Parts: sequence; C-alpha cells; structure tokens
Amino acid sequence: MSSLVIKDLHVNIGDKEIVRGLSLEVEKGKVHAIMGPNGSGKSTLAKVLGGHPDYTVTSGEVFMDGVNVLEMEPDERARQGIFLAFQYPMEIPGVSIANFLRAAVQARMGKDEELEATEYYARLYEKMDALEMPRNFTSRSVNEGFSGGEKKRNEILQMAMLEPKYAILDETDSGLDIDALRIVSGGVNKLRGPEIGILLITHYQRLLDYIVPDHVHVMVEGRIVMSGGKDLALELEEKGYDWVKEGAGITETAGV
Amino acid sequence: MSTETATNIDIDRNIGDFSYPEKHAFDAGVGLTHDTIDYIAGVKGEADWVREYRHKALDVFNSKPMPTHWASHDLDAIVFDNIRYYLSHGQKANRSWDDVPEDMKRTFERLGIPEQERKFLAGVEAQFDSEAVYSNIKKAVGDQGVIFVGPTEGLRDHPEIFKKWFGKVIPAGDNKFSALNSAVFSGGSFIYVPPGVKVKHPLQAYFRINAENFGQFERTLIIADEGSEVMYMEGCTAPKFETATLHSAVVELVAMKGAKIQYITVQNWSANVFNLVTKRAVAHEEAEVKWIDCNIGSRLTMKYPGVVLKGRKARGEVISIALANDGQHQDTGAKMIHAADETTSNIISKSISVGKGRATYRGLVHVPKHLKGCKNNTECDALLINSTSRTDTYPAITVRGTGNAVQHEASVSQISAEQIFYMQQRGLTEGQAMSLSVNGFVNDLVRQFPMEYSVELKRLIDLEMEGSVG
Repeated sequence: MSSLVIKDLHVNIGDKEIVRGLSLEVEKGKVHAIMGPNGSGKSTLAKVLGGHPDYTVTSGEVFMDGVNVLEMEPDERARQGIFLAFQYPMEIPGVSIANFLRAAVQARMGKDEELEATEYYARLYEKMDALEMPRNFTSRSVNEGFSGGEKKRNEILQMAMLEPKYAILDETDSGLDIDALRIVSGGVNKLRGPEIGILLITHYQRLLDYIVPDHVHVMVEGRIVMSGGKDLALELEEKGYDWVKEGAGITETAGV
Repeated sequence: MSTETATNIDIDRNIGDFSYPEKHAFDAGVGLTHDTIDYIAGVKGEADWVREYRHKALDVFNSKPMPTHWASHDLDAIVFDNIRYYLSHGQKANRSWDDVPEDMKRTFERLGIPEQERKFLAGVEAQFDSEAVYSNIKKAVGDQGVIFVGPTEGLRDHPEIFKKWFGKVIPAGDNKFSALNSAVFSGGSFIYVPPGVKVKHPLQAYFRINAENFGQFERTLIIADEGSEVMYMEGCTAPKFETATLHSAVVELVAMKGAKIQYITVQNWSANVFNLVTKRAVAHEEAEVKWIDCNIGSRLTMKYPGVVLKGRKARGEVISIALANDGQHQDTGAKMIHAADETTSNIISKSISVGKGRATYRGLVHVPKHLKGCKNNTECDALLINSTSRTDTYPAITVRGTGNAVQHEASVSQISAEQIFYMQQRGLTEGQAMSLSVNGFVNDLVRQFPMEYSVELKRLIDLEMEGSVG
C-alpha cells in the first residue's frame, strides 16, 4: 500500500496524446529515475501527477497509498503528500520565501490550528542549516531574480519543510553548473529515507552520479520502454537513446 | 498622552465610521435648493460669510456640467434630487441584526471584530462611546495647543486661523463635486498644529466623525504651522454599511515652512457608493506632504490627491493602492504641481482589477519652464486578476525647461495560471494563492502603512480575493 502507483496512464494536451499507457510504482523509501529524450513526455508526467489543469487524463489511474489521486485538486494532492519540484519554478514578487512556506505549512493544518511563529522559524532554520543555506535567503521574494541554482535550492528547501510522502523532481539538474548540482543533490540525498518515495526525472545521466537511484526507467514516446537497476543509466549514457528506441521498435521520426 | 488613551486608539481603529441614515432630529429633506442651504446654515448657527459661501458654491455646482467628457458616464446615474444633504444629531439606530447582509456579517467575523463592535458597525447598536474617546484625544493633543474640531466649530471659534485657508487650497469652483461639498459640507475635521509641535500619536477621523455621526459631505482642513508634524488617519478596513450612495468630501492641507503632514486613508465602501473626493495640499518651503491612500470597494471612486509645491525644496508624495472588484471602478491618481525651484514629488500607484473590476490611473505632473532642479518620479503598476478586468493609465506630464528631471514607469501584469499552479502545488487553495500574489504585489506599499492598518489590509485583501475565485 505504501507506494505511488501509476496504472496504464494516458494523457492528452488538447487533442494530442503525450503519455501513452504508462505504468510505474514508486515505493516509499526508494528512488526511481525516469530518463528519456526530449519530448518523451517526462515533464508531462510530472505535471499530471501534480494536477496541472492543462493536461487531460483520458484513461488510467494513479493511487497514493491506495487513495485515488486523479480526483483531487492540485492543492489537495499537495496537502496529501505529493510534492513537485519544478523544472522552471515560478516567481512570486513581493512574497518572501519565509511567508510563502509559512502559508504552505499553515495550509496543512486544521482550520482552528494556528501555526506558532517561533516553532515555525525554529524548524525553518533547522532545515536551512541542514541544507547549508544562509539565513537571509528566506527573506527574499520567491524565486525573484534567483540564479538557476538558487531556484532549485529553494525547491529542495520547500520539499524539506513540507515533508511530502512522494516527491517528483522534474529536471532538477537543468541549468545547474557542477557546484550547484553538487549542493542540490546533496540536499536531496539528505532528504532520502524510508518515509519518502522519490521520482527523479532527468535527461542526463550525470544527475544520477550524485543521486544514485534504486531503479532506472527509460521513457520514450509516452511509455516506459525499459527498466533496470542503476547501471542502466550508464549503459544508456554510453549507447544513447537511439539504442533504446531501436530496441523498442520506435523510429526517430515518430518522436512527439 | 496617557497610556489609556493610546490603548483606546489602537484597539478602536478596527471600527469604521458609520452613519445612521434614518430618523434624524434635523433633516433637510431630499433635493438641493437655496432653501436647503439656509436650513443647514440655520441649524448650525453659522456666520453670514459661511452661509454666503455655501450659497455661492451651490450656484457654481448648478452651473457646472458633469465631468463626463473625461470621466465615467456612470456619474450620470446620480440623481441629485433624491439625495438627503443634511441629517443631524439625535438619531438612534433602528436596524436589527437580522437586517445586516450576510456577507457583511461574515466580513466582520473574518476581520476579527468583536461581537459588540460588529453590531455597532452595522448600525444596530450605538453602544460604542466614541464621544468619550474623541474628547480624550482632543484633550491629550489640546495640551500641546493643537486644535482638533469639526468645521462648524472651527469656523465659528477659530476664524482667525481657519478662515484664512478655508476654500483656498481647493476653491469651491475647482470642480463640480468640490462645489457640492462647499455648499453642503457637514462633519469632518479642522486641525491646527502650532509651530514646532510634533504630534506624537496619529489623529484619527473615526472618533471625530462618529461623534457627529455623519460623514457624507465631510470637510477637512489641516494646517501644520512652521516646523510642526502631524499624521492624520481616516477610514478603516471594516466595510461601511451605507444607504447613502453619494459621498463627496473635500480635504485641504496646508504645510507651512518645514512642516510635515501625513494623511492616511483606508476606505472600504459598499458597492453602491459613489465616492467623489477632492484632496489637495499646499506645501511651503521645505515642507513635506505625504498622502497614503487605499481605496477598496465603492461603485465609482474618483480621487486624485494632489500637492502644490509652492515653496523651495518642498516635497510631495502620493502612495496609493486601489482594488477594483467585480462591478467597481477605481478612478484614482495623483497631481503634483511644481511651483518653486528644487521641489520634488513622488507618485507610486498600484491597482488591482478583479473580475469585471476596472482601475484607472490619472496622473498630472506639472513643472513650468522657469523652474530649476525639480524632480518627479512616477510609478504606476496594475495587476489584472482575470481577462475580463480592465486597467487604463492616463499620465499627463508637462515638464518645461531644462534643469528638471522626470521619470515615469508603468507596468501591467497578470497573475499567470502557472504561478497559481505553482502555489497550489505547495498546498494553497486557488483563493489563497490569489491573495498571496496580490498581497505580494502591494507589499512594498503596505509596509508604509501603520502596523495595525497593514495587518488589516492584508486580511481584507484575503477576503476580497477569496470571493473572487469561482
């Protein structure tokens, strides 16, 4: 029961089918990586799990610990434990990270419960210290004027504070130089544990040098065409995506 | 000022001023004629020159057309013959709690206004003793020589101080609605701060006006003498439950050499109100005038606080926030008239349009050719909450001569679906995401409000936004 289960998922944007019958189970305590070429539907999968309104699920099911996720609004999914680290985190001008996170933490509490400010800040600073972030970071407006690395670190900080059951990290390595990549992956590794299932979505193998997955899946044209252990990523790096496509009987021109 | 008074001020700011539109001891009836003027002047026992001033203003009002050649044609919906222009003391609340609309009850609850005060605000009970609070304040500042009275008292008891400036900053003929106010004004504040006196606590309109129980055609005149400082606050974030649909105030400020005046307004009118206000200040040498203005609600608000920078190195500032919800039009802005060398002005305006709400910014900055070293900075930012809302900007900047600097920036932004999704993905509802974005948009301006106001303002924005999400 303790897993995020995706069963034969089909997803459209407009009339176009992007995800074409994808099945996957992410257990708590495990890290699954999905790799795939551009346009394979990886990011669509992340957004659909988060409940993005632009995508239509035409068939299939998603269960989180046995509960049907697809019937929930995005905010309810989040409160129930799904966290999406965005590839392109949005700016919220004038709203400090501290206030934003406070609202998010408050949203997870009962109607009559009031978040204690001192407790909240104590926890926030504890997480920031663990992620080696300077204290003044959270007084800045959410993502406004942030470098790529800062945006991704902010995503990881939010993940640390919100303690999701399942986290989907969408191209967390994109736009990061090697130092930023090391810091961000270090943060993710600290958050790994028996209470969280992680789905890493990435184009490149290099992220997996830093966050070593338990399972690797290859996604091509809206489906998982190959699964294996962490070594699959290395093999893929060596042989390229064409090797998988050929194996799956997919021609280059059919790309989405 | 005693601690007790200070405490009262802090607590009671939660309450909005309120009028009781029925069963008044003195009632001038509906419609406006010279008889109405005589009636008002008679009841107030005014001097002949004031009566004369009112009569002339009425003629000006009648002679001026509605300004619909530039302003909203919605003004034509005002039926002047159906309006009561004067009501006075002796009134008792005669509404029951059941008559108060549900949404207003909910707002009171959400703003955290105690039960007893809610009833008072809703015009159900007149339990709250604003008379006593007002006299406490009056006494506290009176010790410093500050005069804090209503217009009738001010013109009667201190003509040597107030007559000199009354109607000088804003002449009756300035516009149709200043003429109307000049004809029928009643209620408001007349304040004089002696040279060098720095009034510690903000003076609040609420207690004054409520003590008189009337605020439809308020008239306010504040004179800050040389080197003095005063902060004045009017309005509150609680909604006003009004049956009177036309409010037309005139506010005149005079800052003498080196004086500082801050005038803070937070208004949350009910959706049937026309709020047509003329506000202007004269700033003498090295004086500073700052208008902080927050407009929420009303059917149509037209308000362009201005500063005439008359003395060298005078400084004027307008900071304004307007929120236009469905069916509302906030037509606001600022006027800066530079009339001396080295004068500076700053205008920052932020508007939010929700649903079919409409926000208009009108700015006038005038720097004549012969002046040197004048500076103006204007920023106006509009935020649109959905595609049916509308925003317009009409900046009129006249700068002549070479030694002057003007800077104007305008922006229009929209809360994007991606932004809302991002926030929802963190667990916030769509409504919470909206209000957080809006609060973020006005955050840098809200910080300039006194603490209690800014907290209330945030809660009020939350409420307004919550209702805007389907």
